[in-house]
Amino acid sequence: MPLRDRLATPRIGGLAALAAVVAVGPLLLPNSYFYDVAILAALNAIVCVGLNLLIGYAGQISLGHAGFFGLGAYGSAILASTFGWPPLAAMAVAVAAVAALAYLIGRPILRLRGHYLAMATLGFGIIISLVVTNEDRLTGGPDGFTVVPLTAFGFALQGERAWYWVVGVLLVAAVWLALNLIDSPTGRALRALHGSEVAAEVAGVDAARHKVLVFAISAVFAAVAGGLNAYYAGFITPSKVSFLHSIELVTMVVFGGMASTFGAVFGAAVLTALPQLLTVFKDYEMVVLGAVMMSTMIFMPKGLVPTLAALVGGGKGRAGVPAAERRPGAPGAAAEPRG
Amino acid sequence: MSAELAQYLATGLTVGAVYALVALGFSIVYNASGVINFAQGEFVMIGGMSAVSIAASGLPLAAAIPLAVAATTLAGLALEKLAVEPARGAPVVTLIIITIGASIFLRGLATIVWDKKLHALPPFTGDRPIEFLGATVVPQSLWVIGATAVIVVALWWFFGRTRRGKAMLATSHNRLAAALVGINVRHVLALAFALAAALGALAGILTAPITLTSYDIGVMLGLKGFAAAILGGLGSGPGAVAGGLLLGVLESLSAGYVSSAYKDVIAFVILLAVLFVRPGGLAGVAAAERV
Amino acid sequence: MTMLRTEGLARDFGGVRAVDDLTFEIERGAVHSIIGPNGAGKTTLLNLLTGVYAPSAGRIYVDERDLTGRAPHEFAARGVARTFQNLQVFFNMSALENVMVGRHLREQRGLWAALLHTPRLAAGERAARAEARDLLASVGLQAWADAAADALPYGALKRLEIARALAARPRLLLLDEPAAGLNPTETTEIHALIAKLAGEGITVVLVEHNMQLVMGVSDRILVLDYGRRLAEGAPEAVRNDPRVVEAYLGAEVHQEEARPEASLPWSRGARGGLPPRVVDN
Repeated sequence: MPLRDRLATPRIGGLAALAAVVAVGPLLLPNSYFYDVAILAALNAIVCVGLNLLIGYAGQISLGHAGFFGLGAYGSAILASTFGWPPLAAMAVAVAAVAALAYLIGRPILRLRGHYLAMATLGFGIIISLVVTNEDRLTGGPDGFTVVPLTAFGFALQGERAWYWVVGVLLVAAVWLALNLIDSPTGRALRALHGSEVAAEVAGVDAARHKVLVFAISAVFAAVAGGLNAYYAGFITPSKVSFLHSIELVTMVVFGGMASTFGAVFGAAVLTALPQLLTVFKDYEMVVLGAVMMSTMIFMPKGLVPTLAALVGGGKGRAGVPAAERRPGAPGAAAEPRG
Repeated sequence: MSAELAQYLATGLTVGAVYALVALGFSIVYNASGVINFAQGEFVMIGGMSAVSIAASGLPLAAAIPLAVAATTLAGLALEKLAVEPARGAPVVTLIIITIGASIFLRGLATIVWDKKLHALPPFTGDRPIEFLGATVVPQSLWVIGATAVIVVALWWFFGRTRRGKAMLATSHNRLAAALVGINVRHVLALAFALAAALGALAGILTAPITLTSYDIGVMLGLKGFAAAILGGLGSGPGAVAGGLLLGVLESLSAGYVSSAYKDVIAFVILLAVLFVRPGGLAGVAAAERV
Repeated sequence: MTMLRTEGLARDFGGVRAVDDLTFEIERGAVHSIIGPNGAGKTTLLNLLTGVYAPSAGRIYVDERDLTGRAPHEFAARGVARTFQNLQVFFNMSALENVMVGRHLREQRGLWAALLHTPRLAAGERAARAEARDLLASVGLQAWADAAADALPYGALKRLEIARALAARPRLLLLDEPAAGLNPTETTEIHALIAKLAGEGITVVLVEHNMQLVMGVSDRILVLDYGRRLAEGAPEAVRNDPRVVEAYLGAEVHQEEARPEASLPWSRGARGGLPPRVVDN
């Protein structure tokens, strides 16, 4: 395949663009505050890339993903700070525990659909949040918990600039993994589940297994981001595990674009930066967030990036249609089997 | 019955009555539109807060209450017209995000219109506790339970005996058929939201004297009311009432006998348990899917 | 040799028995049609035979293996594939990707290989894409391969579903009304396709209303009525069976059979108003 075509594929081209943005970032960020925002945006983006696999590609929903984020954060923090474990080991164990939990509750939860699934994940997230808030001997309760810095191989990872690079590289890695997954047999199986669960099953896709798999993968992404957040900030509070945080994450995915990995990154970036920039309007934060959520879903239900892509590309579907068969407003099939 | 148990039951029924009203709001809207309105809890908040500020402006409670209910009803109608109707037929995820966005929006609006502080409404008939079967209850509790009972009876009459109510039931069973026999389905939808808003407002006003009210009481109440609706069977009126009362009592008992710190968790544990084992709830509402 | 066998198969929906005490066999390599009035339980039967519904009673044997109550993907693992009456196309994917999902069970499904996009996986993907393109070509859809599935016209979508089902290299192919909504030319193409598949040794089960197609391509026909087996046998026998004629075909079909339009039994069947019953999807 000629280089130009290879660069045009989402996987290589987009990844290269993202890496370029990350590399160029320090030239554009004026001071520590902006580095901080960029790091938080990147961490949210990592969560959103995973969450997008679940919501956008597999067509499920989770209103409790802050729970996984928080467990990754608190797990790492507690093991490292309270029990003195090496931070990387602490995080690895915390993430593994989250993966196990996701597998455990994934089976019963993902038998549900639509509203029921949404509420079950919501309930799960809230239970985690309540436990974290109440077990204050372990977690520091509502007041939070100080976290030791990330030390590994004799180095301590501190300071915005160092963290920026680490998180930037991890973000590119996360996007790479996600893109690979989407463009693989497993990824197609997930998307097929979203398109028509019954047809996917009949074609041989074990729906239950795949749903749990993508649920666990997205939980791992969230837990890793959570652990990193804890070490970076040096502090963690239950607000990271809250229902509101779960909603913010879903909003980022939905706003940026469902079934678009780069959309998820974009959504996370915008919706992390925006409130920071709007801190002047602190009082209006909720009103703006709520308004953004409502108007995005009403006017751009596919999310920002796919909607823009459709406008620019004249419709992805049309692009592949042979000229002889192209007719304006081609009907397509009438059925609505989409999930 | 021990005095302690009676106390827990009294508290549980009071709280449960509020959950029942919120759950009814969820069920009515869900029946009319298939939408789970995450902003239902916010109606409770708006009702309570409006009543507080209207009463604080000098009007007697007897005037403040209907005005507060009216204000909340308008909010409900606005929500339906501006946020729900434009998204008719959208997939579940979209609708969920919209109503969650609406709830956040309303909460933000509340902090601007009012503030973030706690507010109290004066009790309707004083606050001298009453002894009842060993339990000590404040008169307001009796107002809550009593008013809820009256409201439930009124709703039963409305849905069973009036044309409007029957039209709403018909629409919830089969929208197309209802439209074909001349029922204005859009009006039904608006009426459902108005009714749900009014119910929420009443719940908020009734409990404001006991639990106080603030800009974010709607969140937990809404979620627990939803848990109650699922427990009773989403879409079932009697289920909503039974679910609400049962949830309130279970919460109160577990807070008293098990752990008061985890009082809030019980509602969500029940929610998950019901969803895992019998999503149709007590009423056995079918969540079936045909190929 | 039996490819598929049922014993006393039954399925209830609430108080209605959509399929009732059905026992029949399908021979390997044969083309077997299932016909009957609307609501007779044909699609329910197909759903049972692919694991989409679990039977309320009775047993299903695929290739002499008892698959009663198993999940659809387990039926697929035994070589069963199907198309749907109400299209179940993956509209969120391209036509090519739709076909590729059909070969899910033949693909490398390791998670780590997928995440890391190993060279082996990449090679497998290239092979899979090539094979899918060939399949699309074999049903005449090569021009649409990279189009989003929701851009295809109805007739193309029906063929897409067939290509997807064939991607699994099935041994038993169940087609649910493949000719519905197709014009005579397209129907002839379906006829030829079915004959070709049967010639390759694939067992084909066909649910159809188009009597000309059914009579022309079938080795055996099973007639359902009210979920029960009304008749079963060679096309000639079924066509002349008075019970079948009365319930479904209509007496005039004998004279009409020379005309291509004699393919809509409901336009001249003996049935007047249908009794209320479970609606067959």
